[in-house]
Amino acid sequence: MSALDPREELAQRLGLATVPPVRFDSPAEVQKLLAEHDYLSDDAIASVTYLADRLAKPVLVEGPAGTGKTALAKAVADAIGARLIRLQCYEGLDESKALYEWNYRKQLLRIQAGRPEGAGSEEWHHLEEDIFAEEFMLTRPLLEAISASDPVVLLIDEVDRVELETEALMLEILSEYQVSIPELGTIRAKQIPMVFLTSNNTRELSEALKRRCLYLHIGYPSVERERDIIISRVPGISRALAEQVAQVVRSLRALDLKKAPSVSETLDWARTLVVLGREEIGDEDAAATLHILLKYQSDIERASKELLGRSRPVA
Amino acid sequence: MLNLLGDFIGELRAAGIPVSMSEHVDAARAVEVIDLGSRSLVKATLAATLVKDGDHLPVFNTAFEVFFSTRSWESAEELFSDELQRDAEREGAPGASGAGPGRGQGSGSSSMSASELSELLFRALKNGDMEALRAGAGEAVSRYAGMEPGRPVGGTYYLYRTLRSLELDALEERLLSDAQRPHDDGLAERLAHDEVRARIAQLKAEIEREIRERLVEDRGSQALAKSVRKPLPEDLDVMHANREEMAQLERALRPLSRKLAVRLARKRRRRRRGPVDLRNTVRRSLSTGGVPLDLRFKPPRPAKPEIFVIADVSGSVASFARFTLHLVHAISSQFSKVRSFVFVDGLDEVTQLFEGVEDPADAVARINAEADVIAFDGHSDYGRALMTFHDLYAKDLTKRSTVLILGDARNNYHQAHAELLADLHYRAKAVYWLNPEPTNYWNSGDSIVSQYAPYCDRVIECRTLRQLEAFVGELA
Repeated sequence: MSALDPREELAQRLGLATVPPVRFDSPAEVQKLLAEHDYLSDDAIASVTYLADRLAKPVLVEGPAGTGKTALAKAVADAIGARLIRLQCYEGLDESKALYEWNYRKQLLRIQAGRPEGAGSEEWHHLEEDIFAEEFMLTRPLLEAISASDPVVLLIDEVDRVELETEALMLEILSEYQVSIPELGTIRAKQIPMVFLTSNNTRELSEALKRRCLYLHIGYPSVERERDIIISRVPGISRALAEQVAQVVRSLRALDLKKAPSVSETLDWARTLVVLGREEIGDEDAAATLHILLKYQSDIERASKELLGRSRPVA
Repeated sequence: MLNLLGDFIGELRAAGIPVSMSEHVDAARAVEVIDLGSRSLVKATLAATLVKDGDHLPVFNTAFEVFFSTRSWESAEELFSDELQRDAEREGAPGASGAGPGRGQGSGSSSMSASELSELLFRALKNGDMEALRAGAGEAVSRYAGMEPGRPVGGTYYLYRTLRSLELDALEERLLSDAQRPHDDGLAERLAHDEVRARIAQLKAEIEREIRERLVEDRGSQALAKSVRKPLPEDLDVMHANREEMAQLERALRPLSRKLAVRLARKRRRRRRGPVDLRNTVRRSLSTGGVPLDLRFKPPRPAKPEIFVIADVSGSVASFARFTLHLVHAISSQFSKVRSFVFVDGLDEVTQLFEGVEDPADAVARINAEADVIAFDGHSDYGRALMTFHDLYAKDLTKRSTVLILGDARNNYHQAHAELLADLHYRAKAVYWLNPEPTNYWNSGDSIVSQYAPYCDRVIECRTLRQLEAFVGELA
């Protein structure tokens, strides 16, 4: 048995004339391209993105809030010059919002417009075929991503928020890159889109979904990487300050807090310090701006006690 | 490679990570298309295809270190040979680290003196020089670990020996005094401290890796994998967890209870059909000329159970009781009422500690300080606890109350008072006993589970978070 290349096999199944070329040559290239679009990846992120493209598989990205899961999909879309199609998940999301819906009003208009010419059963047969055509369909993000002919990146955001039943809707797309519509038949992808799913892990996703995806866990970045992220995203910040910010945040994350500061909150804080014109973080500045990093009063109290407590005069 | 992959997956499964057949196939196809020369890429590939849960990553990392150690990586053909690293143990393979002649043997014909070594480590740590740090770690292991070939150990012992000889505390002190500047304020001091600590942790990890690699050379991957295998957090035995594992459990508990709460809330919402709402149906039928086309149903109102938790908080079972209390209170919205009692040889109600706190963990932490549980000598006395509970609170039990008793039923040869449990059983809807000991220890020594068992609806062995979650989920 000669094993087919995964991309070739998928292209054959989808009936594509040519196998779409690979988007990235190596993980190093992914890293470089993403860096050009202000997204600093690490080895794991670059490798999994490369694999996702190479194997034509979706990626399930999990990790704490604000560590750049959604940003990754955006950066990839920018890097390969593709359109980003985003499906924001929420509880109660259903087929008609995620996949497709019949344009009922347009169908009604069509029926009424056709009526005066006579009402035979022959006519009705034509009409029926007519009103269930693609023309009368409203495409929703999932179908749009499948039927697009230009390059797209599909982002299914916070997939852990939908119910189990809705999750099942996505399985066909994730593994086969196709959608079955009872009235129309199966719509196959015209190209192989890149698919990212993000999850905040508020509930266990089904085995079926996990099995179809590559898994990428994005945790909090190391001090060095966080420093580089700050430097690339906050204009006008000095290297020393960025380093210090990254160190403070690491110390905060080591504390037992209700909500550890995320990367996006770190960036907000760094921007604030730049606006305030600080070159170094003193105790006073830290105490005054801690509320940007931490969102619970008890966390703020705890952090100022732990981090600033020792030499702080009793006020 | 395929054989090695097969063995590796076997190890992951043995460690409790569920790897399905199709994931195995995915991994095999993935390694075909990547550059096998890059270790980090192979690692990311295997992690992405085989592990689908962030909590499982540490276990994966350990297994990966053992099966794909950096040393064996250096010659690519080993990868494709199905013989494991054992026969790759060639003399003088150019190691990235630890070129000392005493490799694998330990005892000291080393080229460096102790003070030279500690100076090397100090400078490596100070400058954050990974290369030098790695060399230093290798040297330290050759010098201090005293490894003996063929011993079936997991390496913790060697790690301990090396670390003790290195006197890391002194090293830390030195780094700290070096990093400190005179005008530093509190924050800067703290940052310097954390930085030093992070670097020391790096050194420790490096030493651990070094030891593990030498063990792999000595005994082969599969044998070693078995001895360094760590259970997943949800499979850790709560009663015998060490401090580090305990911290792991604490971390695992919060997301677990949150997930459980979400799942139960969904389950409750989904059962939507109550009985037919006649009034509403008739009102609706007016628009269809009095024909009830559209049936209306009352919203479901499933009875929420009342929970009475009675927990032994003495010594060894205390952590188990804390976890259970945490979990039960985290999903207290699924119950109409939760009342908690803790005992050793006296019994005290601690329900009020949980009232108005956002995070049950806070309340659980306060139990030890505030509950009045010791009446006499501080050895658990189930009979006395039952008696107090029966006297004071038995009247509150109704046919909707479920009683949970947590403990190992080791009664220190006191009186059992099983007849009181019988009366509680008669009054309540159900009585469950959760025992954190393995089933085959029950009724040995002073454990008297069998005396209480006839009056419990079920006695359940509950040693891990997984078992606990399953039980609590069933309860709601």
